[in-house]
Amino acid sequence: MTEQIHEALSRKYEAGFVSDIESETFMAGLDESVIRRISAMKNEPEWMLEWRLRAYQNWLTMEEPDWAHVQYPKIDYQAISYYSSPKSMKDKPKSLDEVDPELLRVYEKLGIPLYEQEMLAGVAVDVVFDSVSVVTTFREKLKEAGVIFCPISEAIQEYPELVKKYLGTVVPRSDNYFAALNSAVFTDGSFVYIPKGVRCPMELSTYFRINEQNTGQFERTLIIADEGSHVSYLEGCTAPQRDENQLHAAVVELVARDDAQIKYSTVQNWYPGDEDGKGGIYNFVTKRGICHTNAKISWTQVETGSAVTWKYPSCILKGDNSVGEFYSVALTRGRQQADTGTKMIHLGKNTKSTIISKGISAGNSNNTYRGLVHMGPKADGARNFTECDSLLIGDRCGAHTFPYIESRNPTAKVEHEATTSKVGDDQLFLCKQRGLDAEKAVSMIVNGFCKEVFKELPMEFAVEAGKLLEISLEGSVG
Amino acid sequence: MLTIKNLHARVEQQNILNGLNLTIKPGEVHAIMGPNGAGKSTLGYVLSGREGYEVLDGQVDFQGHDLLDMDIEERARDGLFLAFQYPVEIPGVSNMEFMKESVNTMRQHRGEEPLTAAEFLKKAKEACKQVQLPLDFLKRGVNEGFSGGEKKRNEIMQMILLEPKLCILDESDSGLDVDALQVVANGVNSQRDGKRSFVVITHYQRLLDYIEPDFVHILANGKVVKSGDASLAKQVEKEGYAFLGLDTSEEANA
Repeated sequence: MTEQIHEALSRKYEAGFVSDIESETFMAGLDESVIRRISAMKNEPEWMLEWRLRAYQNWLTMEEPDWAHVQYPKIDYQAISYYSSPKSMKDKPKSLDEVDPELLRVYEKLGIPLYEQEMLAGVAVDVVFDSVSVVTTFREKLKEAGVIFCPISEAIQEYPELVKKYLGTVVPRSDNYFAALNSAVFTDGSFVYIPKGVRCPMELSTYFRINEQNTGQFERTLIIADEGSHVSYLEGCTAPQRDENQLHAAVVELVARDDAQIKYSTVQNWYPGDEDGKGGIYNFVTKRGICHTNAKISWTQVETGSAVTWKYPSCILKGDNSVGEFYSVALTRGRQQADTGTKMIHLGKNTKSTIISKGISAGNSNNTYRGLVHMGPKADGARNFTECDSLLIGDRCGAHTFPYIESRNPTAKVEHEATTSKVGDDQLFLCKQRGLDAEKAVSMIVNGFCKEVFKELPMEFAVEAGKLLEISLEGSVG
Repeated sequence: MLTIKNLHARVEQQNILNGLNLTIKPGEVHAIMGPNGAGKSTLGYVLSGREGYEVLDGQVDFQGHDLLDMDIEERARDGLFLAFQYPVEIPGVSNMEFMKESVNTMRQHRGEEPLTAAEFLKKAKEACKQVQLPLDFLKRGVNEGFSGGEKKRNEIMQMILLEPKLCILDESDSGLDVDALQVVANGVNSQRDGKRSFVVITHYQRLLDYIEPDFVHILANGKVVKSGDASLAKQVEKEGYAFLGLDTSEEANA
C-alpha cells in the first residue's frame, strides 16, 4: 500500500499559471539606493525612509538563522529584485474599471471575485500583486463604521500618526534576519484600524499573489484593534509554478488593546515546488501579536504550500487575563519542508493560551512543529494547553516536534500532549471495504484529523480549506 | 452467489488456507467454525481482498465474476460486506459522513441517485434504532472511543445501511454479552430476505442459537473438514473439535 501511496504522489498545483503582465521591475540587487527608490516609488515621508534605512543597517550586521529543521541552498540576496509593479498600476486607477483587464483576469482565474456585487457577502478584500495593492473593496462601507482598511503604503500617507505609533512595536526592526530585511524593503500589505468599541461589520481579507520572476514579496501587515473592538481577518496566497525559488519574507503585527479581539486566519498555498523539489516559495514569515488587558488574539493557519516554511505566529500576553490561541494545520508533501509553530509569551496574570497543531506529512516531506511556551515571573495563575498531533502518510516522510517550555512562575500551569499516527493500512482497508476509493479515504481521514482546527476558520473559508486539502492530496494515494 | 474452489492462501510466508472449497447460494446462511488458527478470519480477509493475504492457487467466483481479480472497493461495491472482528477508529470523521459517503458510493455504482442528507439521516436513524445505538452515535467519530460491543453493533448498522449481497461476519459475537449478542443476531436476521447470503464466522455455537444457519462447516488447517446442518454446531459445542480427530496441537501454533 505504501508503494501505491508513493507512486501516485504526483501533485497538481492549480494556481501555478503565469500571467503576461507588463511590469516595472527593479534590477536585481540590494543596497541603500534600492531602498531609497522603493521609498520614492511609494512617495514616502522622510521618517519612513529613515526607518527603512536603519532596518537595512541592522540587517547587514545579522546572520541568516540556521536553527530550523529545514535545508535549502544559500539565498543570494543580490539576485533578487525587490520591487515589481504592473505598469498599468502606475497611474493609480481610481476604480476597478480603470484596472488593466489582464490583471483582473488573474483573479478571475484564481476564483477571487473583485467586484463587490460578486463577492462573498460580508468579505472585504485587499488584493496585492507582487509589490503593490491592486484594489481594496468595500472601503466606503467600512469607513461608515470607522474602520480603516487600506494598503499600508497608503496608510503611511493618510494615517502617519497611527503607523508611526505602532509600526515595529510588536516585531521590532531588528527582531530577526528576515524581519529586518522586510523592514528595509517592504512594499505593500494591508493596514487595518478598528476604532474603540467597534465590531468590524465584515470579514477582512488580503489576497497575495507573486507573479513576476526573480522577485521577492515583502509584505507588511499591521492590524490595530483599539479598546473593546473585534475583527476577523484572513489572508490567502498563491504564486505561479516556476523552476527558481522565490523569497517571501513577510511581517505581520497585531495590536489588541484592552478588551479587543483579533482573529487572524491564513490559508497559505504558495507554489510548493515540483516533485523533485525544484522551484517553490521560501516562506520566511514573522507574525506576532500583542494582547493588552483582557484582550484575545487567535491565529488559525492552514499551510499547504511553499517549498520551505519558517513561520511562528506568536502572542505576547502582556495584559492580565489576556488570551492567545494558535490553531494550525500544516500539510507537506513532495519535498516540502515546514518548520512552523508558535510562541506564547505569558507576562500578565491569569493569561491563558491554547495551541492545537496538526502536522500532516506525505511523500518525502518533513514537517516540524516548534513551539515555545514562556511563563514570566509575574504570570501568576497563567495556563497553557498544547496539543501537537502528527499524521504520516507513507513511510518516506518525517514528523518532528520541538516543544520548548520555560516557566519562571510556580503557579503557572503548562500541559503538553503529543501524538504521532500513521494513516493506517487498516483504516484504508476499512474505507475501501466500504466502497470508498483510496483517495477519498485519505482525504476523509486527513480532514477528520484536522477537524479541531477547521472549526476555528471563518465559515466561508472552512469549506475552502477542506477543498484545498482535497486538491493538495489529490493523487497522493494509489 | 459465491463459489470457492481449491483456495490456497498465505500470510507472512505462512500457508493458512490449503485447498478450501465452499459453495454458497443466494439466501443461504453458512456458519464457519473451527479451532484457533484454522484460517477462519483469513478466509474473510482473502475474500474481501485485504493486502498481505496472498492467494497461491484456486478460484473464487462471485456472482459470475472472478473475485480474486477485483480491487477491494470493487468487491465492496458489488455487494461483498465484511463485518470486522476488530473495527478500526477513524478519529474526527463522523459515522454520519462516513456512512453517507459509503452508501452513496454504492448507490452510484448501482446507477441509483445519491441520497440527500435528509433521506440518509432518516435511514440512518432507523438503522441506529435497529441495533439499539443512541442517535448521537451518528455524530461521533467512526468507532472513536466506542466500547467493544458498540463497535460490533456499529458494524451491523453499516451492514443494514449498505444492503450488501453477501455478508461475512468475522466473529461478530466475540466479546459480547447476551443482550448485545441478541441485538447483533436480530440485526442479521432482519436482513435475511431469501436472497442475501451470509457467512458467519464464529468460535462458539452460542451465536448460532440466535442466527440459525443452513449449513455449518468445520475449518481446520485451512480446509473444510466437515460440513453439516445446524446440529453439527451443537455437536461441536458438546464434544469440542476432538471428535473430528484433529491434531489440536495446531491450536498452540496458531
